[in-house]
Amino acid sequence: MANVLINAPKTAKKGELIEIKALVLHQMETGFRAGTNGRIIPRNIIERFTASWNGKELLDMTMSSAIAANPFVSFFAVASESGRIVMRWTGDNGFQVEESVAIAVE
Amino acid sequence: MAGRRHFLGGAAAITLMPFEAARATPESMAAAIQLVVKGVPIRDGRVILDVPPLVENGNTVPLSVLVESPMTDADYVRAIHVFNEKNPQPHVFDARLSPRNGKAFVATRIKLSDQQKVVAIAEMSDGTYWRASADVIVTLAACLEDII
Amino acid sequence: MKRAALALVAVFAASFALAQGVKDERRSGYHDMGPALQKMQDDDSSNPGMLFVQKGAGLWRTPAGAAGKSCADCHAEGSMKGVAARYPAIPSGGQAPVDLEGRIDLCRTENQKADRFAPESDDLLALTAYVAQQSRGLPVSPPADPKLALFRAEGEALYRLRQGQLNLSCAICHDDNAGKKLAGIAIPQAHPTGYPIYRLEWQTLGSLKRRLRNCLVGIRAEPYAWESPQYVALELYLMERARGMTMEGIGVRP
Repeated sequence: MANVLINAPKTAKKGELIEIKALVLHQMETGFRAGTNGRIIPRNIIERFTASWNGKELLDMTMSSAIAANPFVSFFAVASESGRIVMRWTGDNGFQVEESVAIAVE
Repeated sequence: MAGRRHFLGGAAAITLMPFEAARATPESMAAAIQLVVKGVPIRDGRVILDVPPLVENGNTVPLSVLVESPMTDADYVRAIHVFNEKNPQPHVFDARLSPRNGKAFVATRIKLSDQQKVVAIAEMSDGTYWRASADVIVTLAACLEDII
Repeated sequence: MKRAALALVAVFAASFALAQGVKDERRSGYHDMGPALQKMQDDDSSNPGMLFVQKGAGLWRTPAGAAGKSCADCHAEGSMKGVAARYPAIPSGGQAPVDLEGRIDLCRTENQKADRFAPESDDLLALTAYVAQQSRGLPVSPPADPKLALFRAEGEALYRLRQGQLNLSCAICHDDNAGKKLAGIAIPQAHPTGYPIYRLEWQTLGSLKRRLRNCLVGIRAEPYAWESPQYVALELYLMERARGMTMEGIGVRP
């Protein structure tokens, strides 16, 4: 089970602008680095991060080798309805992590 | 998002190249930008690219992009694209947005291999492109110290 | 023994002088960083070290070893408050001080009847981070155990010893030249108030031992073995030198 830290309010008023932050543990090996044997260490990165609110897309982010290790993303959403904000990370070597948080909107 | 397939293909091509050749240049950054904007003229403004002017370590550089936009169905930011000119490849990230965001803002942390220019391009719902760039001085280039 | 006594006197004199209202010139490496990195450390939702604290919290509750016990079985949630601020310390019934990692390993082997963690392993770092985080905001408080004096004196001797091909001692950089630039970065005073740290150079969390080994390699000295008591002795001295400074939880450093 991969290590993810999501920071989002648990409640919000309808129409309120909320900030969502997410951190995921991942070494983001660029594929441009040589190891101590002189050979290139193969690329191993997260390629895509998506967030959705009750199935409606909030963010679809393509990441490259230029994203720092343990990727951090912060973005905003207009509080629409109670439900779940689902976040998904996918990448090299079949990396796939999904985490969600519940949010109550009044 | 049409840009992504091109970007992923480009990234794969570059990782297959020999190590010494892996280096973006202002020209390859311009080419990568053109793959996204496809000849549409880019205007300066509306984009606020926030990155520290002097960075202690290029491994983890906080960066945020904020675009002035009402983010309504009639007028919103469709995507934010960030590029660099001296890393081994010119892309940083592409983020697709919609009026559901309320605010056209993305923050993350990036790697910068050397003192260089970073460029953020905002793609608007009306088909226009807007740009901001920042010059970053990197004290310690993104290089990793292994456990010894 | 006389050297140890003199060292103790010097330490008490320094503390006494501080107590008299002499300006405390000590500053954490936190203040040598730009605002962007300070913000990264301060914000729990963006400090990458918090991923390890979260992992540590999970490990704390996970039973391990032949005894099938978890840390939580003996130590209630939040009971580690203040612990990191007073380590290294001599375990009860023991003869020599251990650092926080050493103490966790002792619990692993003696109480949980499990294998020791490998040095610098993810699980050990996560647990250390979880424990250290609970001392955030507290003052560095080395224990008043007279048995520590000898080890602390050894640590100070190592701190002042010229070593390696570059023939430098820790004191030459971190006492005499702190604040000046080395390879473009300000030399910190080297107070271990934020360990384990998320070091950008490592792109991950790491221990004080790892940092000390980097320094030794940096001055082209042979790093001591991972299990060497010299790291604990050095940390003992450094924590006394930092007495009263504020523990930062998980520090972020360039």
